[in-house]
Amino acid sequence: MDFKDYYQILGVTRDADAAAIKKAFRKAARKYHPDVNTDPDAETKFKDVNEAYEVLKDPERRATYDQLWQAPQGGSRWAEPPPGWEEGFRFSGHGPQGASGYSGFFEEMFGDGMGAHFGGDSHGRIEVPIEDAYAGAARKLSLRTPAVGPDGRVTLEERVVNVNIPRGILEGQHIRVPGQGGDLFLEVNFAAHPVYRPEGKDLYMDLPVAPWEAALGGHVVLPTPDGRVDLRIPANARTGQKLRLRGKGLPGTPAGDIYATLKIINPRADTEQARALFEQMARDLAFDPRAGTGA
Amino acid sequence: MKKTTRRSDIVDALSLPDLCRFCHADEEWVIELVEEGVLTPVGSHRGNWRFVGTSIVRAKKAGRLSRDLGINAPGLALVLELMEQRDAVRRRLARYESL
Repeated sequence: MDFKDYYQILGVTRDADAAAIKKAFRKAARKYHPDVNTDPDAETKFKDVNEAYEVLKDPERRATYDQLWQAPQGGSRWAEPPPGWEEGFRFSGHGPQGASGYSGFFEEMFGDGMGAHFGGDSHGRIEVPIEDAYAGAARKLSLRTPAVGPDGRVTLEERVVNVNIPRGILEGQHIRVPGQGGDLFLEVNFAAHPVYRPEGKDLYMDLPVAPWEAALGGHVVLPTPDGRVDLRIPANARTGQKLRLRGKGLPGTPAGDIYATLKIINPRADTEQARALFEQMARDLAFDPRAGTGA
Repeated sequence: MKKTTRRSDIVDALSLPDLCRFCHADEEWVIELVEEGVLTPVGSHRGNWRFVGTSIVRAKKAGRLSRDLGINAPGLALVLELMEQRDAVRRRLARYESL
């Protein structure tokens, strides 16, 4: 387990007073707050900053922590993590996280800290593929929750929770999983998709087309999470033009739409025949793409 | 190892007490956010308020920002609005960046 230098994390000296510590925390919290900063590393940094503040703002905790500086750092006390500290909610896309969100170092020193959720609700996040929102899905989550045993000792209890991903779920919505002591709320995030960008019930995508498909119009067959659909491309279509596939977005009443943005892809002129075709167009078409630029 | 097999559902409408429980907030704070126009419940009076969709997501986010950054209700109203504008701009940008 790593020793954590809370002073360094907040960027304050070891003799900093309460006001300086609060100021440093607020500044760092604004910078790294996961709602403000969408950088993937921000959440980890924010947790560190938060944890450092939880310790340094409290005179008793700070005194306990300061005593560690008397002993050599990384001594045997920190060689072994306490049992179970690395476990807890393991949701895809997010690293392991203690039940309380604090590091093992913190929990070793102060227990699990700020009022664990005994008998209360718990919150987490779950990442699901967009396709699950079309068909619905069943997932198994393994999570550990603190529980008080008959002898009054607190242990981490492992549970397997079956989560039903309802059809029509949207980004940012919550799934409620009823439990004995309280409910588990899971905030849904869609996993990044190579083709689709969700926005509410609608999906956006780029649709590559050949210059002649764009010029002449025609039909293309498009695979969507809802099955293959036939899409009509109008003649003289432009790059950036948006075509709507009504009702093919995320399910609901009414269902969302898919917006396909056309992107004209030029074939390479690397064969004799391809060059000849381009040369013929250059010769026979009166086309100036720069008309209107004053060139 | 215990197994929980009860069915999960989408959180789509919460009463005032349910919303408070959901985002660990007290009623007064939620009412303040309603007065600031951050949250827009359906229903004519507090007793039959129903918070749906974006109000639930906003309340949770507002709770985090208020707890972690000490932002008050008028500040939250502005911050949430700017964040939503930022997210919309980012989505638009992502659409054009690939062209």
